Amino acid sequence: MPNSFTNVYRFRIIFFSWWLVWMFVQFLVISSYGATAQQSMIDSMVCNILLAASCLLITNNMKFYLPKRERYWYVLIMSLVLSGIWLFVVKNSLKLIFRSDDTYLHFLDASIYIRYVIGFLMIGCMGIMSLLWYTLQEQQETNRRKEEAEQMTKDAELLKLRQQLQPHFLFNSLNSISALAGSQPEKARHMIQQLSDFLRGTLKRDEQQSVTLEDELHHLELYLDIEKVRFGQRLQTDIRIEETTKKLLIPSLLLQPIVENAIKYGLYDTIGEVMITLEAIEIEQQLQITITNPFDEETAVSSKGTGFGLASIYRRMFLLFARNDLLKTSKTNNIFTTILLIPQYKYESNHH
Amino acid sequence: MKAIIIDDEILARAMVKEYLQHYPDIEVLQECGDGFEGIKAIQQYQPDLIFLDIQMPKINGFEMLELIENPPSVIFTTAFEEYAIKAFESHAIDYLLKPFSKERFDKAIQKWQQQNQQERKKETLEVLNSTSLYNPQNNRIVVKDNNKIKIIPTVNIQYLEAADDYVKIHTAEGVFLKNKTMVFFEETLEAQNFIRIHRSYIINIQLITRIDPYEKESHLAVLSIGAKLPMSKAGYTKLKQALGI
Repeated sequence: MPNSFTNVYRFRIIFFSWWLVWMFVQFLVISSYGATAQQSMIDSMVCNILLAASCLLITNNMKFYLPKRERYWYVLIMSLVLSGIWLFVVKNSLKLIFRSDDTYLHFLDASIYIRYVIGFLMIGCMGIMSLLWYTLQEQQETNRRKEEAEQMTKDAELLKLRQQLQPHFLFNSLNSISALAGSQPEKARHMIQQLSDFLRGTLKRDEQQSVTLEDELHHLELYLDIEKVRFGQRLQTDIRIEETTKKLLIPSLLLQPIVENAIKYGLYDTIGEVMITLEAIEIEQQLQITITNPFDEETAVSSKGTGFGLASIYRRMFLLFARNDLLKTSKTNNIFTTILLIPQYKYESNHH
Repeated sequence: MKAIIIDDEILARAMVKEYLQHYPDIEVLQECGDGFEGIKAIQQYQPDLIFLDIQMPKINGFEMLELIENPPSVIFTTAFEEYAIKAFESHAIDYLLKPFSKERFDKAIQKWQQQNQQERKKETLEVLNSTSLYNPQNNRIVVKDNNKIKIIPTVNIQYLEAADDYVKIHTAEGVFLKNKTMVFFEETLEAQNFIRIHRSYIINIQLITRIDPYEKESHLAVLSIGAKLPMSKAGYTKLKQALGI
């Protein structure tokens, strides 16, 4: 049910004042035609109280029913009919009250057309106002629903982007556990624990849009611990974060896919030990995270396009911040660098 | 029987080794962490069977296999390579999806033991001829260059020339040889801006600068690097189509 504008406090005051003023004007006009003060007052009150009631009737009617088409014709016809009924009631009421006063009855007959026109205009105005008000309400409702639908689509896409867990990682981890189960069951149990914690973190975080960097790094550590079991000495990591950045906010599950990507290109593009670094600093109220991995400039064919499989991260950053400049990559001396900027303003106004 | 395990994850290798303990007649001569070590070990030991992972550092399992003359029998072990699985499905060769059970492993070994030498050889070669079609890294070609291994991104290829049992790969860095057929390259490269214009030539159409008439009813493709290559009638038609003229 749309919000009725007769419920708006300010409207009620204006409505009430309007009829007081109008009653007074009509009182003056009728007096000027030679009617007594008592006659003018009764005439004006009967006329305007009934007219005000008619106005409320039309607006109330439109609150409950608005035709989809030909709305203006509907208002016009409603106003014509309603003002006719109003005039009929007013005329007969006044005739009844002043049935012995011929001068007044004559005046009443003479003024019947001008009364009809005024009544029609008043009711018509009210009708048009109501029409505009309710049409606007309807549109706002439609827009709200549309926005809601768009938001839902966006959320679904973001969820999908967050959830992109690599099956390759999962199956290889399970294979490592299977291998450990035979020779070192204690280690196998430990790795199952790590994998469970990691997966639980992935599932739990889906509800939250943003977490502190500290939380995100904790999740990342779980992931790195598993990868280190898989790759052993080959995988080395160096994580350095400024103390002040720990409480800064970051979209959840953003770092892990970037690091996973860095590991993938680091490990599969080079031979021997691979060092992955992550550094977090605060610059102008933004969180800046730099991730590096080695790669081989000569053989990295896959580096074309958006480069190094970061397309989904680009997309996520765009959906979240409506900006395209938050993820930057560069290549120098066989080191691939990913720089991520997380604006903090979004969270200040819209804290989850 | 001699076996070699090639996988970049030590635990994955340990798994295979553990399962192999039940087969005293199969001896694991070496474990390798990448394709380069794999090639060396295969050349050195000439194993009867190798267990081969696909995703590995630098060169993947398929690419490694391509670089070996007389490749041994292979049982692929892989976690999740959709492409690769497609390649295996059309062949008799066995593959183990990680993590795999002892029963599944035993089945693969039994199947292998029941085959004779010739069958084994045939299978490996068959797989080799088709895997590159499914190779996840089909935008590059791996070749041997004086005992060094060279990875050539396909965008760097100028043209290919048939040379007996080999194909000459012409690039700005020089000419490399690959032990494959023209048909093989035609199939793998066709989608990537390459056209076979002649029985003996496949060219990178990005490099075409001119088409010159040559003798009667025949044409020459002139590449920006200066090479002038003859075209067959069918090749000329295909090229015109590709260029939209």
